[in-house]
Amino acid sequence: MNALFAWGFVAALAALPLVFPDPYLLAVLTSAGIFIIGAISLNLLLGYTGQLSLGHVAFFGLGAYASALATLGFDIGIGFGWRVVLAPQPVWLGFLAAIVVAGGFGWLLGRLAFRVRGAYFVIITICFAQVLRMVALNWVELTQGPMALISIPPFSLWWPGQGVVPLYRKDQNYWLVLAVAVLAFLLVRQVVRSRIGRALVALRANEPLARSVGIRVTHYLVIAAVLSAGIAGAAGSLFAHYVRIVDPDVFLFIYTVTMVIMVVTGGKGTLWGPVVGGLVFGLMPDLLRGTAPPEAQWIIYGAAMILFVMFLPRGIVPALARRLP
Amino acid sequence: MDQALQHLVNGTVLGGTYALLGIGLTLVFGVMRVVNFTHGELYAFGAYMTYAGVSLLGLNFYLSLALATLLGMALGASIEWLLLRPMRKADIDSVMLVMIGAALVLQNGEMWAWGGVAKLIPNPFPGTPLVVGPVSVMPLRLFVLVVSAALLLGFWLLLDRTRIGMAMRATFQDPETAALMGVRIGWVNTATFAIGSGLAAAAGALLGPVFMVSPTMGDLVGLKAFAIVILGGLGSLPGATIGGFALGFVEEFAGGFVSTEYRDAFGFLLIILILAVRPQGLVPAKERIG
Repeated sequence: MNALFAWGFVAALAALPLVFPDPYLLAVLTSAGIFIIGAISLNLLLGYTGQLSLGHVAFFGLGAYASALATLGFDIGIGFGWRVVLAPQPVWLGFLAAIVVAGGFGWLLGRLAFRVRGAYFVIITICFAQVLRMVALNWVELTQGPMALISIPPFSLWWPGQGVVPLYRKDQNYWLVLAVAVLAFLLVRQVVRSRIGRALVALRANEPLARSVGIRVTHYLVIAAVLSAGIAGAAGSLFAHYVRIVDPDVFLFIYTVTMVIMVVTGGKGTLWGPVVGGLVFGLMPDLLRGTAPPEAQWIIYGAAMILFVMFLPRGIVPALARRLP
Repeated sequence: MDQALQHLVNGTVLGGTYALLGIGLTLVFGVMRVVNFTHGELYAFGAYMTYAGVSLLGLNFYLSLALATLLGMALGASIEWLLLRPMRKADIDSVMLVMIGAALVLQNGEMWAWGGVAKLIPNPFPGTPLVVGPVSVMPLRLFVLVVSAALLLGFWLLLDRTRIGMAMRATFQDPETAALMGVRIGWVNTATFAIGSGLAAAAGALLGPVFMVSPTMGDLVGLKAFAIVILGGLGSLPGATIGGFALGFVEEFAGGFVSTEYRDAFGFLLIILILAVRPQGLVPAKERIG
């Protein structure tokens, strides 16, 4: 897709709140956008390294919790009578904390999980997210457990003519998510086109061969995992400060599956795949709302996954690209 | 000491059903190279069919258990025929994605059909525990253990003594050679998946009356089945049996002596540890893993 068209698309999205200031539409697009950022980050692992990472929601959830806790502050005992206390921090620090914490765990998981491949890798990543969910549920002193972290402050940014203000309005949050999505997209594009990206694609195509020509496979896989986790953490932070409530359900497997569906249907290993898939499946729940029960949405998601993998395994974007001149 | 003995008994009861779950999953992986994400949903399906039999149709409890298991086998066979047969040449990741899609459809289909409210399956056992010395156990749980043990034994006999069992073992070792020797791989796959699903449905039918039945009950159980299988070594049948009991004991003892809240987390931590230290599992099957 050429750059002119891409920037036109971004400009159109940016102009949307000015043309259609419908709060419902903006809310739907904002939450779709957050998931698209998640899908973009997952694509780096799933699409470019070819590793089916099914614990991706772990990084999203870690980002959400890290950011929420940094901005709310906490006071917890860590045994032996010692306490760790953090005063509430500004939201931008929470955002950075989300990226750092998620990226750190990405490194840890990468070091552990990339020792194995295939089914083993998949299961280790799922378990990782599951353990985090259990911790979020049970470490009540830190996370409030099922009572959830509430009253999370909204993002605050410098806004033209108003100084630094908290972003309560739908259109402000929409632009913020759009901006982060564009940054995430550009970052992934840079990575994919760099030496790292070529190494990843080489090892996806043939790992023993890549190894034999001297590519440090695990090293590059861990880099990809850290970047991917960091971006997912940023998405989690956006989610925390947009929805302003975080509970252990952010670690549910179903959200990983949602991101996987977005990447797979859009086209894994293509830059635009997660964006296209994310728009389709991010907007679908709201198109169905009112006409079908909530279960129907997941049944359609599941059926779409099956049908795409069976009949259009490379996804929408490559299929369209072949049709266009 | 008495408390430890009680945990040992509870762990054994739990371990029996876990072994059923693990064997079904590992069998499917070993023979078909399929990571079966629908396993937990088949478990839930078994529980719901028992509920339907006992509460809606007013059938006999034992008959409902048997019917639920058979229906689970039928559902498994149709999943294999509809989804896995066309995907036989596909890579393992694509098949995983298809199975995740199928699990999503099944779980939400259950939600749609039965609603989100948890259901209770009535059972004919007395509600007072049997007390033997320092240990007490509910009669229903004892029944669960006995039936699990019988099913495990039956499964081993099937694998060891019958023609289809031999065909399954041959396919397990090497599908291509088995096919050359005249084993009809298509049939073996269908039978394998049906048996694996039947074991999951049986586990659900057995544990349904012990716990409650809800559409999401398969989630955690599906993941635990993975834990069991990894613990024993993916694709290893003795491993899955040992892994099932091991997980039962770990949960029971860690839950009893370390922390009740993190009871369910121990299994997953164990997997991550095992994969980090000994990725081939406790009883490795011959397979490339790294």
